[in-house]
Amino acid sequence: MRTPKNYERVVITGMGIVCPLGNSVEAMWEGILAGRSGADRTTVFDTSTFPTTFDAEVKNYNLAEFVRDTGLHKGCSRGSGFAVGAAAQACRQAGIDVETGEPGDGIDRARMGIYLGAGEGSLDNDGFFGCIIAGWNVQEERMAWDRLIASVLRQFNATRELEQEPNMAAAHIALLTGARGPARSCLTACAASTQAVGEAMMLIRRGHADVIIAGGAHSMIHPLGITGFNRLTALSTRNDSPKTASRPFCASRDGFLIGEGAAMLVLESLSSARRRGVKILAELVGYGSSSDAFRVTDMHEEGRGPVQAMRKALADAGLTYKDIDYVNTHGTSTQENDHIETLAIKTVFGERAGQVPASSIKSMMGHLIGAAGAAELITCVLAIRDNIVPPTINLVDPDPKLDLDYVPNVARRMPVNVAMNESFGFGGQNNVVIVKRWEAENL
Amino acid sequence: MGSARVVVTGLGAVSPLGLSAGQMWSGLCAGRCGIARIRAFDPTGLPCELAGEVPDYRIQDHVPKTHRKATKLMCRDIELAVIAARDAIADSGLVTKGIDPEHVNVDPTRMAINVGAGMIGCDMTELAPAVGASTTDGRFDIGKWGRQGLDLVTPLWLLKYLPNMLACHISIIHDIQGPSNTITCAEASAHLAVGEAAQVVARGDADVALTGGAETKVHPLLLVRQFLLHRMAAYRDAPETACRPFDADARGSIFGEGAGMVVLESLAHARKRGARILAELTGIGQSHSINPVYERLEPDGQGLQIALEKAMEDAGIGPEELDLVVPHGTGIPQDDRAEATAIAAALGPAVRKVPVWPTKSMLSTTGAASGALDLVAAVRAITEGMIPAARNFARPADGCDLNIATTPRHGEIRHALCCSYTHGGQTAALVVKRFKEGDDRP
Repeated sequence: MRTPKNYERVVITGMGIVCPLGNSVEAMWEGILAGRSGADRTTVFDTSTFPTTFDAEVKNYNLAEFVRDTGLHKGCSRGSGFAVGAAAQACRQAGIDVETGEPGDGIDRARMGIYLGAGEGSLDNDGFFGCIIAGWNVQEERMAWDRLIASVLRQFNATRELEQEPNMAAAHIALLTGARGPARSCLTACAASTQAVGEAMMLIRRGHADVIIAGGAHSMIHPLGITGFNRLTALSTRNDSPKTASRPFCASRDGFLIGEGAAMLVLESLSSARRRGVKILAELVGYGSSSDAFRVTDMHEEGRGPVQAMRKALADAGLTYKDIDYVNTHGTSTQENDHIETLAIKTVFGERAGQVPASSIKSMMGHLIGAAGAAELITCVLAIRDNIVPPTINLVDPDPKLDLDYVPNVARRMPVNVAMNESFGFGGQNNVVIVKRWEAENL
Repeated sequence: MGSARVVVTGLGAVSPLGLSAGQMWSGLCAGRCGIARIRAFDPTGLPCELAGEVPDYRIQDHVPKTHRKATKLMCRDIELAVIAARDAIADSGLVTKGIDPEHVNVDPTRMAINVGAGMIGCDMTELAPAVGASTTDGRFDIGKWGRQGLDLVTPLWLLKYLPNMLACHISIIHDIQGPSNTITCAEASAHLAVGEAAQVVARGDADVALTGGAETKVHPLLLVRQFLLHRMAAYRDAPETACRPFDADARGSIFGEGAGMVVLESLAHARKRGARILAELTGIGQSHSINPVYERLEPDGQGLQIALEKAMEDAGIGPEELDLVVPHGTGIPQDDRAEATAIAAALGPAVRKVPVWPTKSMLSTTGAASGALDLVAAVRAITEGMIPAARNFARPADGCDLNIATTPRHGEIRHALCCSYTHGGQTAALVVKRFKEGDDRP
């Protein structure tokens, strides 16, 4: 394989987001700084009898505000629709022309890639449950496949079926931008979009692309998604108070708040960004990935995988834990994650562990699953831009075992030059990226 | 950061032709067809009652004792991946925790995993009692589902169907603690996963990577999805001649299941442990088809052509140095034509000479596994110096002017090119090179 003589530095030149706190980067950031919760009663479908009746949904989203040709994305899944809006925002900021066969932005489309951590779309629920009902013989507890098949053939729709596939969000972004470079989509559960950003950075660094639209898109707010998480007892059931339900690192935490959305970043080689004269928002400097290899259901007791991912990211960036000003935690608000993540941070940061602010924006935004990591990375870039660290809201009764500085309840003004973003997925994938303030003297 | 050469040191496969890479290769050499009437469920009423199904197995026989309980959390995609992973690791001579915990010869933190996976179809019979308890007047009642149906779903249900669980189980069994990724780009998944795994090794983030893909499409919903997208040949009989890549009588593809895995290793690591080197992975190319008709490759195949050209460029070779192309070749006429156009454009005049060997007539289209099975086949072809005969190809379809290998060919294969694409548009290509003993340049 090709070995470039000089590795490219990778910078961020555009960002876009569609999330429960707003459908633009600035709206989202305003919500975060105000410590606002995006949680409310579920409206996507009727959850009134479910163990959890609330979530954090994207609100007032209209794709036509972001793209001219909505027909090209007609019938796409919820997640893919969010992806297109977020990508359009990110491209606009980065000066990338979209919806044109003749872009004038100076970027060779064969050198422009897409890397998403994207999830599945919702099943055609009427069709899915309907065909099981049609086929299931309740008395004999046996499936009559011919009846099930006849029902499927009668009810299912081709577009709906195609658009459920997790690679379709990337397909829509390819049509939006004309990108012909490396195109990948991964799904490592809750770590997916951090992984996508990290691997995309590696592709640019080693000269496989000049620009990559990287990020995530996901909505698991569908009946089987909520059923699955409820059965795992992973979701908060604080139905009487949705807005205080997500309480990472709090003694009374009882599970995560499910969110949805898309977050996209334009990653670009420094030389491409300079050549185009586009504004650089931050530099992406480190990426580390690891696997727990422990149990299907649990994280390793000592956070072996997260520790390794953090250390690898630091080594990749040529930094030490002393250089990190802010940690954007995975902080899901589950008993297990928050406990083990705290242990892992202590292992890596040693004597500095209590001094480095480590907050969770999932307290406000909820958990965007595949899209969570990219959304959180965007807040890291903004934290650096504005020298403000996002709070962990709802931290009302501290857990005595968890004693880091979680930036309780109120955003904090402080110098931030280097931020670490961590994401850990069910099944043990751990991904960490590090982002750094861009200054001319960085050269 | 170094940039290591990446070699293939182990092959594993579970396919309609058998439960090992060895069985698959023998089947391919014999021109055997793995397609038959569906056995997993009664397919009566499906527009196509045929599929490529894996021979029967007991998953407990393929995992270490310590992981037997966890087989309850495995859907079929996971099982297939786990079996192929063991086949590949055993073939490589590496000793992981899952092979023999007493004699491990690889550093777990220096081993990566990257698996291509599909959107897994859940077991409908498993959910049926819960759905059956949630009806009103014969229709699904979400209120009842929340009240009583949901509790009938097994607590860990979701964990059986997350695509990353293939890699999760394998990483637990074999103690793989390095970078882990799961690529979900349908039929291009395996090539994209293998390409990324090679890049992880090349950039020094791991010494060894287990990589490939696995999926079953033998599921009523997934098969109907292919039918609705006009990708399926509507056959109820004649399984052996149903799937006809690039042939004038092709009517669509036949779907199936499988898993392919390869062990990639830095050349230095392979040398240090005295590994048998099967081939070198030298080129990776990727691009995107841009077509508003998402489920079809663009007619001129441009997105695939770019991937093919990039893979050759990455490998530093020209088309005349290729001795084998293993195409995606599904038997879907429009896609085959677009693919043939792309291959012809990328290969130029060499397209008349280079043998093209489609495998899906025998293996069926196995979703995220397909690219991995093709890669395993290509590596075997290189090590054997032999291209078996293509099956079900009598006369070329319009616009498919490729040199299809209809009779077995013997002779050195210097470089082989494999490619794949998805409904959705991601395209991928890999170049594998014959490894010559003594070729130890860094």
